[in-house]
Amino acid sequence: MKEVIHTPVPSVEEEEYHINMGPQHPSTHGVLRLVVSLQGEIVKSLKPHCGYIHRGMEKMCEKDTYPQIIHLTDRMDYLSAHINNHAVCLLVENALQIEVPERVKYIRTIMDELTRIQSHQLWWASFGMDLGGLTCFFYGLRDREKILDIWEETTGARFLQSYYTPGGLMWDIHPDFQKKTKEFLKYFRKKIRDYEKILSGNVIFRERSRNVGIMTKEEAVSYGVTGPSGRGSGFSCDVRKHHPYALYDKVDFKEILYQEGDTLARYMVRMDEMYESMHIIDQLIDNIPQGDFSAKMKAVIKLPAGEYYQRVETARGALGLYCISDGNKTPYRLKFRTPSFSNLSALDHISRGFKIADLVAIGGSLDLVIPDIDR
Amino acid sequence: MASNIYDNFVSAITQWIHNGLYHVLPPFWALMAELTIIGLVFLVFYALVGLFLVYAERKVCAFMQNRVGPNRVGPYGIFQTIADFIKLLMKELVTIKNSDKLLFNLAPFIVIIASFMAIAAIPFAKGLDAIDFDIGILYVIAVSSLGVVGVLLAGWSSNNKYSLIGAMRSGAQIISYELSVGLSLLTIIILAGTMQFSAIVQGQEYGWFIFRGHIPAMIAFVIFLIASTAETNRGPFDLAEAESELTAGFHTEYSGIKFAFFFLAEYMNMFIVASIAATVFLGGWMPFHVSGWTGFNQVMDYIPPSIWYIGKTGFIIFLMMLFKWTFPRLRIDQLLTLEWKYLLPINLFNILLMSFIVLMGWHF
Repeated sequence: MKEVIHTPVPSVEEEEYHINMGPQHPSTHGVLRLVVSLQGEIVKSLKPHCGYIHRGMEKMCEKDTYPQIIHLTDRMDYLSAHINNHAVCLLVENALQIEVPERVKYIRTIMDELTRIQSHQLWWASFGMDLGGLTCFFYGLRDREKILDIWEETTGARFLQSYYTPGGLMWDIHPDFQKKTKEFLKYFRKKIRDYEKILSGNVIFRERSRNVGIMTKEEAVSYGVTGPSGRGSGFSCDVRKHHPYALYDKVDFKEILYQEGDTLARYMVRMDEMYESMHIIDQLIDNIPQGDFSAKMKAVIKLPAGEYYQRVETARGALGLYCISDGNKTPYRLKFRTPSFSNLSALDHISRGFKIADLVAIGGSLDLVIPDIDR
Repeated sequence: MASNIYDNFVSAITQWIHNGLYHVLPPFWALMAELTIIGLVFLVFYALVGLFLVYAERKVCAFMQNRVGPNRVGPYGIFQTIADFIKLLMKELVTIKNSDKLLFNLAPFIVIIASFMAIAAIPFAKGLDAIDFDIGILYVIAVSSLGVVGVLLAGWSSNNKYSLIGAMRSGAQIISYELSVGLSLLTIIILAGTMQFSAIVQGQEYGWFIFRGHIPAMIAFVIFLIASTAETNRGPFDLAEAESELTAGFHTEYSGIKFAFFFLAEYMNMFIVASIAATVFLGGWMPFHVSGWTGFNQVMDYIPPSIWYIGKTGFIIFLMMLFKWTFPRLRIDQLLTLEWKYLLPINLFNILLMSFIVLMGWHF
C-alpha cells in the first residue's frame, strides 16, 4: 500500500471521472464538498471546497467585546464548546494577568474533559455509522445524552453553553453536579466496554481500518495535523502536556501516542483518550475547593495594546487564538487557528490510492467538524 | 409417512375450489380462472409479507438500538408500513433528465419479477406451493439471480455516478456469491439425492439435513447464510446501497412506487433465501421428529406445518437482521476476497467431504 500512496498522480486520463461528495452527503458530517477524482473505485486525488458555512467569524470578532466573542466560539467547533470558550478566557486572563480562583480551575478542567468525552462519543457514533454499523450511532448518542443532562443542570444549555467568562464562570455549579458526574463515570466505564466489543474488537472493522490512510509522523508535522489524528501518527502534540493550562500540570494523565498512523491508530487514540479523560475527572471531582466562582473583573474589559497568542487542546487538536489589540474593548484582529482546517488539508494526501469506501473511513477518522473549518 | 392431521386441510380447500370452477366453467376458462386466483393470492401474499418484514425490521433494529420503533399508527405501530406504502404510492415519479427512460422504468420491474417468480416454487406446507418442479432448487437459483440484471440496469440508466458505482459493486458481488449459494445447496442435494422441494422436505422427516449431514451440512448452512446475505444485498454486504458512501447506491434516483419496488424486493429476497435455508437445511414445514419416539412425534404433529415453516423462516430472517444491525460494512475487495479465497475453496472441499460421507453411508 505504501508505494501506491507515493506514486505521482497521473494527469487526468480518460477513464478518470469526478464525483462531488457533498455539500449534502451523509458522510461529510456537514456542508463540506469534496471533489473526488476516481479511477474505478480508487481515489486518485480530491479537492476540498470549503466555505459553505462560512460566517465571517473573525471579522465579527472585530466588532465584538471579549465577553461577546466567547458566545461566537461556541458555534465554531460546536462539539468542543467549553474548550473553545476556555481559549478566549485564558487569552483575556493571561493578557490582563488575572489569577482565577482555584475552584474555577477545577471546574473548568472537569468541564473540558467532559467535553472531550462527549465529543469522542459522538465521533465514535458517527464513525461507526460511516463504516456501516448503524447501531453504534445510537449507542454513542445515548451515552452522550447523560453528559448533556449534567451540563443542562449547571449551565442551562445542552449544546452551546457559553459557561465560561473572562475571570471565571457564569455561575456556580449545580449542587448535584459532583454526584451526577460520578454516576456518569461509573455508568460509562461499563458502557465503553460495549464500544470495544461492537466496534474495536470486530474483525470487519479492524480489517476496514488497519493500514488505511497511513500518515507518517513527518506528514502529520508538515500538514499541521494535531489532536488525536496527529497523535495516531506518533506526533506528540498535546497542548495539555506541552503548554499546560488550568490544572493540567497538576493532574496525572498520559499523552496517548500510537505510531502506526493508520485509521485504526487514530481510532485507538480517541478510545484511549476517553479513559484518560475519565481518569482526570476522577482525580478532581471530589476535591473541588470552596471559594468564588469568578475573579473580580472590570465591567468593560480592555486588553492592553499588543499581540497575544493562546492555545488549548480541543477534542480535535490544537486551537490557537492570535489576537492583536490596540487597547480598545474590541480586538483589532483575532485569528483562529482551528484544528479541523489543518486536519482536512491532509485528507487529499493520505487518501490517494485507497478506495472510495476508505475515503469515508479516513474522513471519519480525522473527525472533521465543518463549522470549525469554515468558521 | 407420519400421519399429519393437517395434511388434508389445504388440499381439501383447493380441491373444493377446483371442483366448483370446473362445475360452472368450461375446462379452459376454469384453468384460466385458477391461474388468476393463484396469481392474485401470491400478489396479496407478496405485499403482506413485504410490509410485515419492513415492520419487523424496524422493530428489531429499534430494540437493538435502544429505541421504540414505530408505535403511533395502530397498536404497536403495525399499520405504520401500510401508511408508508400509501405515501410512496402517492409520491411523484421523478424522471431524470438524460436518463435512459426505457431501462430506467424497466429496472424495478425486473427486480420485483425475479423475486416474485422465486416464491412460486417454495413449499409453505404439504402441497401448499404454486408449482412443484423436479428441479425446484435449480429453478430458484436461476430465477433469483435475474434480479441483478435489474440492479445493473437501474445503476446504468440513472445517469448518476453514485448509482453506477453501486451497480458495478452489486454486479461483482452477486455474481460471486451466486457460486457459494449454488455450491452450498449442491452439498445438500448430494445428501438428499433430489432437487425437488417436496422430496427434500419429505427426506427430512426423521431428522433435518443440518443434523443428518454431520459437519459438512453445518458448514454448508453457515456458508449459505453468509452468501445469501450477500446475494440479497443486505447486512454487512450492503455495498450496492452503502448509504454512507454512495448515498443510496443503485436506487438513488428512484422515487415513489419505483423505489418501493426495490425496497419490497429486498425484503422479499430476504424472505426467499430464508425460506430456502429453512426448507433445505431445517426441514421446511416438516415438524421436528425423532425416529422411534412415537409419542413425541405425535405431539409435534399437532403444531401445524405452516407454523413450523414460519417459525424456521422467521428465525433465519431474524438472524439476518441481527447481522445487519451489528456489523460494519465490508469493502468491495474484502468482499470478493472472502468469496473467492475463503468461501469457494471451503465449499468445494465441503462437497467432496459430503460426497464421501454419502458414499460411505455415514450420514443418519
